[in-house]
Amino acid sequence: MNPIQKFFDKIEPLFEKGGKYEKYYTLYEGHRTILFRPKLVTAKKGVQIRDANDLKRTMITVVIAMIPCLLFGIWNIGHQHFLAIGETATFIQKVGIGAIQALPIIIVSYAVGLGTEFAICVIRNHPVNEGYLVTGMLIALIMPPSIPLWQVALATIFAVIIAKEVFGGTGMNVLNVALTARAFLYFAYPTDISGEVWTYLGDAAAVDGYSGATALAVAYDTALNGTGTVLESFSSFWAEGMYSFKNLFIGAIPGSIGETSTLMVLIGALILIATGVGSWKIIFSVFAGAWLMGLGFNAIGVNAFMEMPAHYHLVIGGLAFGAVFMATDPVSAAHTETGKWIYGFLIGILTVIIRVVNPAYPEGIMLAILLMNVFAPLIDHYVVESNKKRRLKRATV
Amino acid sequence: MSHTIKLKKGFDINLAGKAENKISNAPKPETFAIKPTDFPAITRPKLLVEEGDAVKAGTPLIYDKMAPDVMYCSPVSGEVAEIKRGEKRKLLELRILADKENEFEDFGKHSKSDLKSLDAQKAKETMLKSGVWPNIIQRPYGIVANPEDSPKAIFISAFDTHPLAPDYNFIYKEEEEAFSAGLEVIKKFTEGKVHINISEDKEMLKMFSQAEGVQINKFSGKHPSGNVGVQIHHIDPINKGDIAWTVKPYGVIQIGKLFLTGKYDASKKVALTGSEVAEPQYYQTYVGASIKNIIKDNISGDHVRYISGNPLTGEKIEADGYIGYYDEQITVVPEGDFEELLGWIKPTTSKLSIHRAIGLLSFLNKKKEYVLNTNTNGEERAFVLTGEFEKVLPMDILPNYLFKAIMAEDYDEMEALGIFELVEEDVALCEFIDVSKHELQAILRKGINLMING
Repeated sequence: MNPIQKFFDKIEPLFEKGGKYEKYYTLYEGHRTILFRPKLVTAKKGVQIRDANDLKRTMITVVIAMIPCLLFGIWNIGHQHFLAIGETATFIQKVGIGAIQALPIIIVSYAVGLGTEFAICVIRNHPVNEGYLVTGMLIALIMPPSIPLWQVALATIFAVIIAKEVFGGTGMNVLNVALTARAFLYFAYPTDISGEVWTYLGDAAAVDGYSGATALAVAYDTALNGTGTVLESFSSFWAEGMYSFKNLFIGAIPGSIGETSTLMVLIGALILIATGVGSWKIIFSVFAGAWLMGLGFNAIGVNAFMEMPAHYHLVIGGLAFGAVFMATDPVSAAHTETGKWIYGFLIGILTVIIRVVNPAYPEGIMLAILLMNVFAPLIDHYVVESNKKRRLKRATV
Repeated sequence: MSHTIKLKKGFDINLAGKAENKISNAPKPETFAIKPTDFPAITRPKLLVEEGDAVKAGTPLIYDKMAPDVMYCSPVSGEVAEIKRGEKRKLLELRILADKENEFEDFGKHSKSDLKSLDAQKAKETMLKSGVWPNIIQRPYGIVANPEDSPKAIFISAFDTHPLAPDYNFIYKEEEEAFSAGLEVIKKFTEGKVHINISEDKEMLKMFSQAEGVQINKFSGKHPSGNVGVQIHHIDPINKGDIAWTVKPYGVIQIGKLFLTGKYDASKKVALTGSEVAEPQYYQTYVGASIKNIIKDNISGDHVRYISGNPLTGEKIEADGYIGYYDEQITVVPEGDFEELLGWIKPTTSKLSIHRAIGLLSFLNKKKEYVLNTNTNGEERAFVLTGEFEKVLPMDILPNYLFKAIMAEDYDEMEALGIFELVEEDVALCEFIDVSKHELQAILRKGINLMING
């Protein structure tokens, strides 16, 4: 027997009924099952063998799919930093600065989130769930690199408790937990999560002419001021080539830690689709909805933002990240296969509408997904009703 | 007339330990048992015999107070050795110590030509008292049929797609006469059609593919294309108020033998299968046989689970336990009651999964025969994934919603979402692939029981 198993066996009586730490059994179990697949066997009647997959493996697959975004994001923090202060730096220096900024955010997100989960599991005596493995990484990746850590902690606590645990924990939530964290910060501390927060400057001074505006902000301002087309504004941006389509796609642009690179997001999407963990229907239909809505605005063409070529919508802001990692959250998305098409498509459409039409929120994907999270059960309702109707109709024919 | 129904959904669980096409002559088991728990409809079993009574093959042992016409009879002649009860005196098993020579009750012989003119009511009476009636299963609910009903159709699936399932084309190749006699009797019970559903994917016995006076339907696809419930859904689905009956080929044969010989012939071939069997093969035995002599000297593993039935819908039994009434298969798999270091994340080619989450590599090798143990490979969780069950249930049913309706005990929803069309075996694959590890067959049965009593 493995010495760790021996250790667990030794301390098990402390956590069992009547033991000193009886209340904390769920934590004991949670830690043991992270190290060891448990020895549970199938019931006397029913399936005698089971598929090798479980929720833990499913969740860790999503985390792995996010790693390209994370690694690129860490490099990009440094890259944007040195670009803004006008210094040239090596790859190592960029990654170093990026890691110093990003890792604390990840650590706080996981530590605070898991701590909150553990506390609630102990209070409510339900098993520790693996859902937070994904949420913890998601929260970190959608934070601006300059976010104060206490805000990360606060948002995490709010999201875990209000968005998830009050509904009954993993699998029961209505809203996407990570997006709730982001929305909380957006409305509670708007100055820390909008404006010039997307590039980490630190104590250094920015070069002359520097602007930390995101592509979305540039597009929005162009439309507001009526100065030429969005693409002209992009090409006259202070850092040359920053907002070329190619660079937007690659993602060496200011933004939240993990959201900037459409390329890395697509690598993640490939992992999710190849493993079958993420719904390709949702991913595809979000992109399709956004692109078609972009084309629709092109046709209307009242201002410069509307006239921006539709495919730019797919690479600016957090649309790609949201489509691949947020909209596909199986719990808060539509549950029926037909519903997934409608759900994703509407997210795409709404994102572009919010971006272009609503002056208060430059980024639309967060609100579009949260809104559709609320409407997903309604979409499913109609899909389920049509299934029932088919059955009734069959009976009367 | 026949047409092929191609089913795209489903999943074949390819396990090691398929039975070789040969029949072993293991010594006849000493004891046999009838288990009321094999019949989900029996709620109040009443005993007709006492310990020590002598019985013949076909002597009634038990009936259900709620359906007193249906007799559950002794498969062999011998002596009632033990009446085993569980908690609250629940009747669990009625054991028979078998005689060396089998003696039979006489229910009257018929020639083949007599059968055509045999009165349906008379045929029913003979079947009810002789022990063959429980072969007839009613849909909805998957319970022993009520003899008073007149079903809209009768369905026979002539192939079994469960993992390691016995090959009907092998075990029934000499039963053509009995099968066609049984079919002749069964036809009397419905004004509608008798359907025989055959597999397009393999050569079928002529007694199935060329049966007369019935409708032949061809199916092709992975498991559960052999499940009669799935087939019914595509031929003539069960709506509210409908009643259909299903019979397995074994049941038809047993009914045929009853009328041709006048005996309750409970002899049956069972497959001994699974990775822990040294030489997987078929055994000639009887309904309700003890597996003790069958497994003797033929088990290679040392820590194993014996299953009456297949690994998806079967029931765990002891090494001296008894084969279930409806089962034609004994499966022996390794027990999985041990921890595995980082077993939830380690890449694996030795465990089977329909999923392709990180490290699950079984999809790369579809031909491999897997050795799967009884570990659940994870703990029970709330439903998280969606759209997975649909992949293995080739029916226009939304399983997630149905299971939630059952958990909420919402009768209207259960009915509207199609509970009438399902029995346990139809959702067994959903249970197998469920990453949240729910006991979906038990949940479904709970829902069915609610519908029966509600």
